[in-house]
Amino acid sequence: MNAPLACKPADYKSEIKPIWCPGCGDYHVLMSFTRAFAQLGLPPEQIAVISGIGCSSRIPAYTNCYGFHGVHGRSLALAAGLKVTRPDLTVVVASGDGDGYSIGGNHFLHACRRNIDMTYVVMDNHIYGMTKGQPSPTTEPEFDTALSPGGTGVRPFHPLVVALASGANFIARCFSGEVNETADVLAEAIRHPGFSFVEILSPCVTFRPDEKNWKDQVHPASVGATADQGKAARRLMTDDGFNIGILYRGGRTPYRPAVAATNIDLSELEKDFEL
Amino acid sequence: MSKASDTPKVANLNDLLSVAYQVEIDAVDRYNVLADQMETHNNPELVKVFRDLARAEGIHGEEIRRLAGDFDVAARAREIAKFGRADSPEEVDLGAAHYMMTPWHALQLSLAGEKRALAYFTSIVETAKDPKVKALAAELVEEEAEHVNLVHRLLLRYPKPSDTWADDMDPPVSQE
Repeated sequence: MNAPLACKPADYKSEIKPIWCPGCGDYHVLMSFTRAFAQLGLPPEQIAVISGIGCSSRIPAYTNCYGFHGVHGRSLALAAGLKVTRPDLTVVVASGDGDGYSIGGNHFLHACRRNIDMTYVVMDNHIYGMTKGQPSPTTEPEFDTALSPGGTGVRPFHPLVVALASGANFIARCFSGEVNETADVLAEAIRHPGFSFVEILSPCVTFRPDEKNWKDQVHPASVGATADQGKAARRLMTDDGFNIGILYRGGRTPYRPAVAATNIDLSELEKDFEL
Repeated sequence: MSKASDTPKVANLNDLLSVAYQVEIDAVDRYNVLADQMETHNNPELVKVFRDLARAEGIHGEEIRRLAGDFDVAARAREIAKFGRADSPEEVDLGAAHYMMTPWHALQLSLAGEKRALAYFTSIVETAKDPKVKALAAELVEEEAEHVNLVHRLLLRYPKPSDTWADDMDPPVSQE
């Protein structure tokens, strides 16, 4: 389904050139973002892209939308505050597996639980790329490097299952190399009311060159999205991690707190913070 | 490689012109992204190669736009030129980029794109019912075949690098 096309994908790109490594999957994700925004016909000034820390979190600077490059793991907290106070904005949150599932793990749980109407995109490369290749929560236990001799031996975090259990209203998995497919899923995630979670497998070609093989491993989900949490749980627990598409589409009512009008003048508030 | 189900439906001559235009413009975008990457990672030889390729594809795109006369191929392309799960035929694989890649690698990417475009327009020749669409698709096939030959000729200038092309005595330790 196509919305009116007010802007072209290029209209959402800023003048700042990405500094990701050549070959990085995040370049594709940036393309999918801009194509999804164009598909939805959203003016750049009605979109806010919020992020934390990490390679993937550089993405707000590469768009012409409003952006906030926040502190490590706190992108969802920032985004929740923004969406509650500015419900008119389309809020898209960008993160990675380190930022989003480790230091930001607790915010992830409660963002799913609150079900505020925003879209959370995690570019998962199973590694801390920006800090030179330490294992992340989704790194395989046997991943053996100088930084993790013999592997961590720790069971990987399962973000989609955690999202479902915590109350996310829309769950999808994409592969960065499928730019058009990912753009379509992102557009659907943004349209869907409540907290939408999109995990994008985005290879780190520098510290995980083996992930170049992901393009041969991913495959479209054999059945469409379910609205049944029980079926979704079984499906997410048993899939191979390379099942691509919209996997769960819930019907929970998004959280919309009543924002009371305030007569407090901003300058009065600033006095409280004067040193 | 595009699957038949992933390719845009071409109903008439203007549709074909629009899709052909989009194929070229998508290639321009990708080559420019690669040129920007190489600029950031200080590989000036590749910056030039990718900018030249982008320029060449842009010229092809403009030729198609001129051929369409007053018809707005860009607008129609936004409506119909959807390649589904696959990339548009000449969109080169960004995942194959490397900061130390050589012109040979760039031309390999280009060659793969040109071959995909050749296969795509050939499939239109084989399936089109409208004789005008068939005729134009055949012209596009000829052009793409010429592009394939051109890349092969350019490759004669740039032999395959040794297996150690990616060895870096001073590997990146910081992305900033």
